[in-house]
Amino acid sequence: MPQQLAEKNSHVVRFAGDSGDGIQLQGQQFTIASALAGHDLSTLPDFPAEIRAPAGTRYGVSAFQIQFGGERITTPGDTPDVLLAFNPAALTVNLPHLAPGALIIVDDSAFSAQRLRRAELTANPLEDGSLNDFNVCRVDISHLTLEAVKPFGLGAKDSARCKNFWALGLVLWMFDQSRDAAARWIQAKFANHEAVRNANLAALAAGHAYGETAELQHVLSQHPIPEAPLESVAYRTITGAEALALGLTAAGELSDTELLFCSYPITPASALLHHLTGLEEAGVATFQAEDEIAAVGAAIGASYAGKLGVTSSSGPGIALKTEALGLAVAAELPLVVVNSQRAGPSTGMPTKTEQSDLYQAVYGRNADTPVPVLATRSPADCFATAIEAVRIALRHMTPVILLTDGYIANASELWPIPDIDAFQPIANRKPTAATAGGVWEREADSLARLWAVPGDARHIHRVGGIEKDIETGHISYDPANHQAMTDLRAAKVAKVADHLPEQAIEQGVPGGLAVVAWGSTFGAVYQAVKEALSDGLAVAQIHLRHLNPLPPNLGELLAGFAAVLVPELNSGQLATLLRDRLLIEVAQLNQVSGQPFPVAAVKAAIAEHAPVRLVEARRKEAANSGASKRIRRG
Amino acid sequence: MAELSFKDFASDQEVRWCPGCGDYSILKAVQRALASCGADPANTVFVSGIGCAARLPYYIESYGFHTIHGRAPAIATGVKLANPELNVWVITGDGDGLSIGGNHLLHALRRNIDLNILLFNNEIYGLTKGQYSPTSRIGTTSPSSPGGSVDNPVRPGAFAVGAGATFIARGIDIDQKGLPDILTAARAHRGAAFVEILQNCIVYNKDVFDSVSSRKTASDHQIRVEHGQPLLYGPDQDKGLRLNTKTLQLEAVQVGAQGIDEVLIHDETNPTLALMLLNLAPPLPTAIGVIHRRQAEPFEQAFWNAKPRERRQRVVTLLHQGNLVDHRQSASSESAADFR
Ligand SMILES: Cc1ncc(C[n+]2csc(CCOP(=O)(O)OP(=O)(O)O)c2C)c(N)n1
Ligand code: SF4
Ligand SMILES: [Mg+2]
Repeated sequence: MPQQLAEKNSHVVRFAGDSGDGIQLQGQQFTIASALAGHDLSTLPDFPAEIRAPAGTRYGVSAFQIQFGGERITTPGDTPDVLLAFNPAALTVNLPHLAPGALIIVDDSAFSAQRLRRAELTANPLEDGSLNDFNVCRVDISHLTLEAVKPFGLGAKDSARCKNFWALGLVLWMFDQSRDAAARWIQAKFANHEAVRNANLAALAAGHAYGETAELQHVLSQHPIPEAPLESVAYRTITGAEALALGLTAAGELSDTELLFCSYPITPASALLHHLTGLEEAGVATFQAEDEIAAVGAAIGASYAGKLGVTSSSGPGIALKTEALGLAVAAELPLVVVNSQRAGPSTGMPTKTEQSDLYQAVYGRNADTPVPVLATRSPADCFATAIEAVRIALRHMTPVILLTDGYIANASELWPIPDIDAFQPIANRKPTAATAGGVWEREADSLARLWAVPGDARHIHRVGGIEKDIETGHISYDPANHQAMTDLRAAKVAKVADHLPEQAIEQGVPGGLAVVAWGSTFGAVYQAVKEALSDGLAVAQIHLRHLNPLPPNLGELLAGFAAVLVPELNSGQLATLLRDRLLIEVAQLNQVSGQPFPVAAVKAAIAEHAPVRLVEARRKEAANSGASKRIRRG
Repeated sequence: MAELSFKDFASDQEVRWCPGCGDYSILKAVQRALASCGADPANTVFVSGIGCAARLPYYIESYGFHTIHGRAPAIATGVKLANPELNVWVITGDGDGLSIGGNHLLHALRRNIDLNILLFNNEIYGLTKGQYSPTSRIGTTSPSSPGGSVDNPVRPGAFAVGAGATFIARGIDIDQKGLPDILTAARAHRGAAFVEILQNCIVYNKDVFDSVSSRKTASDHQIRVEHGQPLLYGPDQDKGLRLNTKTLQLEAVQVGAQGIDEVLIHDETNPTLALMLLNLAPPLPTAIGVIHRRQAEPFEQAFWNAKPRERRQRVVTLLHQGNLVDHRQSASSESAADFR
């Protein structure tokens, strides 16, 4: 049994405690310190749906995991190197995440008979040998916190609440990270509460000093980590919800169109509404509607009147918006619909992540009602994906569905701050003084009609959900016209593909196994493919942003591989889509546990499906010089 | 500018309601009101849900948006928020507005967003061929209630009072004198204006309002209310309404016998009186006119008041907020090969 943490370029730390213990805050503060120390990072907040679940219960455990280090980090890590557990329930629930040899720091004072019972434990895991495979560091965190904050005269409850900063101080010490950012946060947050401010600062300092002075070198030691070789630009830490809000805001500016963001609260989508409030001066107004139908309705109304309507929800709320989406398709109005997917069906597991709304997005409407669908791959990627969604909506005068998920929304990573001037302006179809054609005259390369809006005396017209004449826009029940309009709506969405960049290979080479994925699995797949490549397997990563339409070269690209593996956090929805659209055989890796993929799971699937070793694949490729051997069923 | 006529607000579309339908008269009253206000067709928007009533926007020469069942108040809210300069009307039916769309109507009214909401109440689902609706009187026979409907009807006006509406009126389809005036008042109101229009569905619920609307019986069955005037009705204005302070209910009095002093003076700013008037049921007369009106800040005033200025700079500032880490000095770009 190793007595020390292995020296590595990156580490995984998991903080766990009651949902009232301030675990998420602790994690966020550690994240900021890591970023400031020059590390790359990826985080996973993992909290219960209950706001303040009863203390000490297993279902009330809140956790925050971060992987940080001096190399590229794309996932929050499969197995924590360090678990900080504030109580028996937090230890018990998180133990299955750990690999033998991990360091467990526990709040010793929390392992009383009563707290053990709360966690449904009959024996004390600290004493019954169940932790023999781990390094256990028992620290009387609660007690030491009370000691540290005694001079400030807080009540018992407020004193105890400082323990998250005490423990943060200790973990910051372990990785030789600065306490400055956390101290600044405390100072700003408790600016008007002197005693609370000073107590938290003292707790932070005391935890740090404890690491420095306690004679615990046999289990607890310092592990400084080198800076990551980051590109020399300015970064910030960002969550997916923040990046999406910024992307939408920037897209509004790039298109010179104001945004009306209409939403009804739902986990995990609400964060987007919160982040978009107060941005009127940047051209964004928010409207909290009475329900999801009203939210999409108001967004459609805004687009009808010449602003860009944006609405957002999670699967159940998107279901409610479905009928209105049909109206936006029929009336040909721009609209962005953001779905922060969560585990379902029904209420499912609101705070847990899943990618199971792809069918809903691509196929889930009455009638032939095609809608472009795209998905973001990571918190930082939300920015560019939001801009892309707005660009498509305005170019083609169509609603667009942007898929993200609970993991992306809440997770954070380092984001190289983009130069907004480097983005192409976003064009729209608003008539100008020079526009000669009428409302229903279409632009050839987008098939978009004119975005004529009230206030314009030249283009007064009426439109609605009733089928309209393809030339005049008037109500039409003509059979041939309905055929023509249905074909037109399909052609319009197909046209989106003309403007897409060629689908690229993220890493690896053709010939062997293509791992094709979408959305938030990017990080895990990236790491798994990277490791498989260095193991000599013939594998490549292809990650899709555009799901409807698919990138036009995708079929050809995949034809250059011997096999395709589709890992996703659902029961096989992209796999179905690829079979449907490309008529190819694909193998599946599916997980619906509410958790992101462990890298190891993806790696194991790659090992199972990679048909050949890298050298072999290269030789074959040279011999056949790219001739397609894939069987097409079509 | 030349005087506008109602014809200036007729679109090029052929009107397709059943011959004799009350919707024709309402259309004409709306066009008359628009003409008399000198409305600008380019700045006027009619948003409707689904139903016979909801077809109206196609027939008016202005912007029109025929949307989905029940959701017109929500969509119109977005239109108004996006462009407060527009004059926005909502056209809905008793099923559209009070059945599937009741929730949106409630919220449009309580927010007091500046919309003119016209609810065509024919006490039936016309477009779907005559099923009973949430305003159908108990006992209404219809394809879905062959033995007579059994559920309690909702009173649109009372619903609006409950929602906190700041303007509530009631009109009659064929009243080409009174209805345009009510519509003009609704248009002038800042905030959500709610107008219930008694509409004759000649095919599925013929003449349910006959006693109120027909010349012969109207004077006994309707009371025209006007702010500051006594609540009088009857062929010779010889009947009035007074408050019975024991039952807290309105009751009829013969003006000659008990004098006029006891008759209530209409106060349109009083929501309690409005509720009583809107709840009047036979043998008492049906209240017609502007029943409730009070001033309150409309919703969108608080909305786009901050016009974006120096927007790009604002966005750049937002991008650079948060926890910044500047690697521009520290790292060499060569070692960044495997980075984004
Ligand atoms: C989602 C949905 N459900 C049901 C319908 C069918 N439908 C159309 S109009 C209508 C009732 C309309 O009644 P009302 O609002 O009173 O209008 P009227 O036709 O009487 O003017 C119904 C049920 C629909 N179009 N959409
Ligand atoms: S069904 Fe009734 S409401 Fe509809 S158009 Fe005919 S008469 Fe009018
Ligand atoms: Mg009706």
